Amino acid sequence: MDAPRDTQGLLWEVFVQEEGGAAHVHAGSVHAADREMALQSARDVYARRGRVASVWVVESAAIAATAPADRASFFEPAFDKVYRHPQFYKVPRGVRGI
Amino acid sequence: MAGRDPLAADLAEYCLRLGDDRLVLGHRLSEWCGHAPVLEEELALGNVALDLLDQASLLLEQSARLGGVARSADELAFFREVTGFRNLLLVEQPNGDFAMTIARQYLFDVFDVHLSVALQASADSALASLCERIGKEAAYHLRHSREWMLRLGDGTEESHGRMQRALDELWAFTAEPFEADELTRRLIEARVVVDPQALREPWCEQVRATLAEAGLDAPEASQPMQSGGRRGRHGEALGRMLSEMQSVARAFPGASW
Repeated sequence: MDAPRDTQGLLWEVFVQEEGGAAHVHAGSVHAADREMALQSARDVYARRGRVASVWVVESAAIAATAPADRASFFEPAFDKVYRHPQFYKVPRGVRGI
Repeated sequence: MAGRDPLAADLAEYCLRLGDDRLVLGHRLSEWCGHAPVLEEELALGNVALDLLDQASLLLEQSARLGGVARSADELAFFREVTGFRNLLLVEQPNGDFAMTIARQYLFDVFDVHLSVALQASADSALASLCERIGKEAAYHLRHSREWMLRLGDGTEESHGRMQRALDELWAFTAEPFEADELTRRLIEARVVVDPQALREPWCEQVRATLAEAGLDAPEASQPMQSGGRRGRHGEALGRMLSEMQSVARAFPGASW
């Protein structure tokens, strides 16, 4: 069976940065026909409350993502090699955001 | 008011005019709640409406302070008759279809940006700082409405036709924002406000550029133009809008929520 046709335009993922220098964090998604309208919708939906320094939108279709079936080959080999984790290093005092 | 500074009375009336523009347009936009074409646009229109209502309440409070007649912004909003409203006829026009709402918004937003920038140089520091705030919001409102003008004008045959009809219908209301009456002239003399006629050319230039980009025809400039809103002469649609907007406050006077 065909999926119901989406008449709301393309789907875009929204990333919001709370202050300069911080990472853009995924906030959610919006529908819009093009980049400019997606940016405006993202602003109205996710950036109207609270402090925001910058917003990114990216078309959802442009994102390559792993599938659940990739889990074993992509991620599991790292589980049992604790020496790869950075916890053994001391973070110098004064360094934040790590 | 005996002994009251005559300039304060003029400025009170001027703030009432600007406040009413925002109150009426903000309420019109809020009528889209639950009816907008998509969720994102519903939120966008609601955000613009909230900006405008906030501006309205600041301007009406300022008007009440200066005029000393009514006591609060709420009294001005909810207990005046339609003939007491001083808004432009443009902003009271019914929502119509989405093209009509966007065209109305765009024509107002361009005016609002020019006006609020110019008024930041006002000799009245309260008005100047209010307009600094309004200017930021207006710039975003314009970005939103302009992008829709381009997309609807340069979209499908259907959207183009609807947008052209909306423009043709609303054009008659686009001279009124630039009119200056006796009161405005006294305030211009005192350097409290700017001559609105000076904003007309930049407005026309900007609107015509957008219409050209959107593939829309600028309506005939020589057609008869409507005015009267600043003197309380409104179309019947405003009366209907106010009767709904004011009904709760009038049914429960003094109620708070």
